[in-house]
Amino acid sequence: MINPPFVKGEWDFNQISNLKSQISNNMPETVKQWLDALSSNQISARESVELALKRIDSCESKIDAFISLRPDDALKVADKIDKKKAAGEKTGPLAGLPIAVKDLICEKGIECKCASRILEGYFPTYDATAAQNLKSVGAICLGRLNMDEFAMGSSTENSGYKLTKNPWDTERIPGGSSGGSAAAVAARQAPFAIGSDTGGSIRQPASLCGVTGLKPTYGRVSRYGLVAYASSLDQIGTLTLNVEDAARVLPFIAGHDINDSTSANIPAPDYLSELSGDLKGKKIGVPKEYFVEGIDKEVEAAVRTAIDKFSELGAEIEEVSLPHTEYAIAAYYVVATAEASSNLARYDGIHYGKRASGIKNLLDVYTKTRGEFFGEEVKRRIMLGTYVLSSGYYDAYYLKGLKVRTLIKQDFEKTFDKVDAIITPTCPTPAFKIGEKTEDPLQMYLSDIFTVSVNLAGLPAISIPCGFSNDCLPIGVQLIAKPFDESALFNFGFAYQEATDFHKKRPPVCGI
Amino acid sequence: MDCLPLTYNLLPLLNMITRDDVVYIAKLSRLGIDDSDLDKYISQLQQILQYVEKLNELDTSEVEPTAHVFSLRNVTREDKVKESLPNEEAVNSAPDVENGFFKVPPVIE
Repeated sequence: MINPPFVKGEWDFNQISNLKSQISNNMPETVKQWLDALSSNQISARESVELALKRIDSCESKIDAFISLRPDDALKVADKIDKKKAAGEKTGPLAGLPIAVKDLICEKGIECKCASRILEGYFPTYDATAAQNLKSVGAICLGRLNMDEFAMGSSTENSGYKLTKNPWDTERIPGGSSGGSAAAVAARQAPFAIGSDTGGSIRQPASLCGVTGLKPTYGRVSRYGLVAYASSLDQIGTLTLNVEDAARVLPFIAGHDINDSTSANIPAPDYLSELSGDLKGKKIGVPKEYFVEGIDKEVEAAVRTAIDKFSELGAEIEEVSLPHTEYAIAAYYVVATAEASSNLARYDGIHYGKRASGIKNLLDVYTKTRGEFFGEEVKRRIMLGTYVLSSGYYDAYYLKGLKVRTLIKQDFEKTFDKVDAIITPTCPTPAFKIGEKTEDPLQMYLSDIFTVSVNLAGLPAISIPCGFSNDCLPIGVQLIAKPFDESALFNFGFAYQEATDFHKKRPPVCGI
Repeated sequence: MDCLPLTYNLLPLLNMITRDDVVYIAKLSRLGIDDSDLDKYISQLQQILQYVEKLNELDTSEVEPTAHVFSLRNVTREDKVKESLPNEEAVNSAPDVENGFFKVPPVIE
């Protein structure tokens, strides 16, 4: 393993000036706290970045959330903001807020590897719309977060660079594929990280790391500059410490984008002002197919308790049925790998990234480069996708998968005629041990059972902390809503977090 | 069925993927796979495809496929000339470049 561009010792953390003591004792954690501290001039933008860097320095060696960090760049941006402020010029609503992005969101001139060896040396010529939008309102990007290679995986063990550890237990995986994003937010390294969700890649790691993970409706956030895995399922979303923060930041990345023709031309409301916490008359559906044999007992108990809490808060609870749930994994892995096999054809050893050595002819350029620099899981999915699309198998696998996708989507449509949201566990178990499932890819796929249906149907969903196992590992509950009804998710989640404090617990790795 | 597919009972495979199939799809997808890795991929792909056979329990003869969740309409824009990426930036991340071109080994021998 080669060290990533940033390693401890390369950047001198002693450069950080002595911060005001009252801040060190009472450090901001949530987006709201950071923005309050910034807007009241309790801290400058430079101090804001320094605070985040200090926290990264204190625990990054234990969790390895970042693939690359750029402290100097971040401080430069911060100084510019401070200068503007001092001159009385306008700064954006997120001015000085430290953020971090998953390594598959393009940033102009910054190496973007998707945690893959094949993209080493790829420097995008443009910013992803989501990244651009955040930077344009003053957010400061600290660096890029580890992930499963090309977002293929559920544990971040498929990174070509490093293993990210769960901040709650560093012998366990943080989930995936946005494992770096979830670990960084859980460890309070940044109050807000961007991730992407194709089959649960935001919600599952959020659940396993005890943070709030939002997968917006397909089309809510522009995918321009998001390196594609499965284009009909991919969606950019947020990882934050609570629901209120998710509602606060989503409007900055949501909206129509001329550069993504699948982005929806539906205005995003001011979610924050719509948070009432009032659940009177609201209905939550509990799908019976998600609560049967196979789910971890502690997970089931925590989710049942959360359902009772919603009932206490005034929501009506109703049993519903999503009869095609058990076919979701099979349909997902056919559709997703088919799209992946096509999307990843662009890594040809010619246009960007690396080329293998010992090349004799053009065919070698492709086969040797892809054979050498793609990881195992990526190769497996490309082959599977190629197979299900190949002549003679297209109808039996790919077309069949798309038809079952219709049935899954219809299950949800029928259910949303009756309820405002659906509640389920996010994952069948708490975080598993590093290495536990790497030899059995199918077993790894099955851990996505509760999250993939949402992507197949294009729905918005959020995972929020709802308890802990006896081993002190976080457990998450998932809420699912109608297309473009993120407001419902926020309102249910906000009401729940007003009444509980699971989202306020800090993992031991923080040391704060 | 009242059990989640967290443990799986594999159904008899209709089309068992063979060694030749895997060699063929590796070639189609331009992936150089070492012979020593081939057996592992064959057995893993067999297992996954066997699991996917589950979809055949469902009668979908009357069901329309969903390739995209929301009905897509063709999106057009005005045919206006815009500034394009400078050549040097466009080839900046390529592994082998000469005179602003992507360079590859001879195609015709």
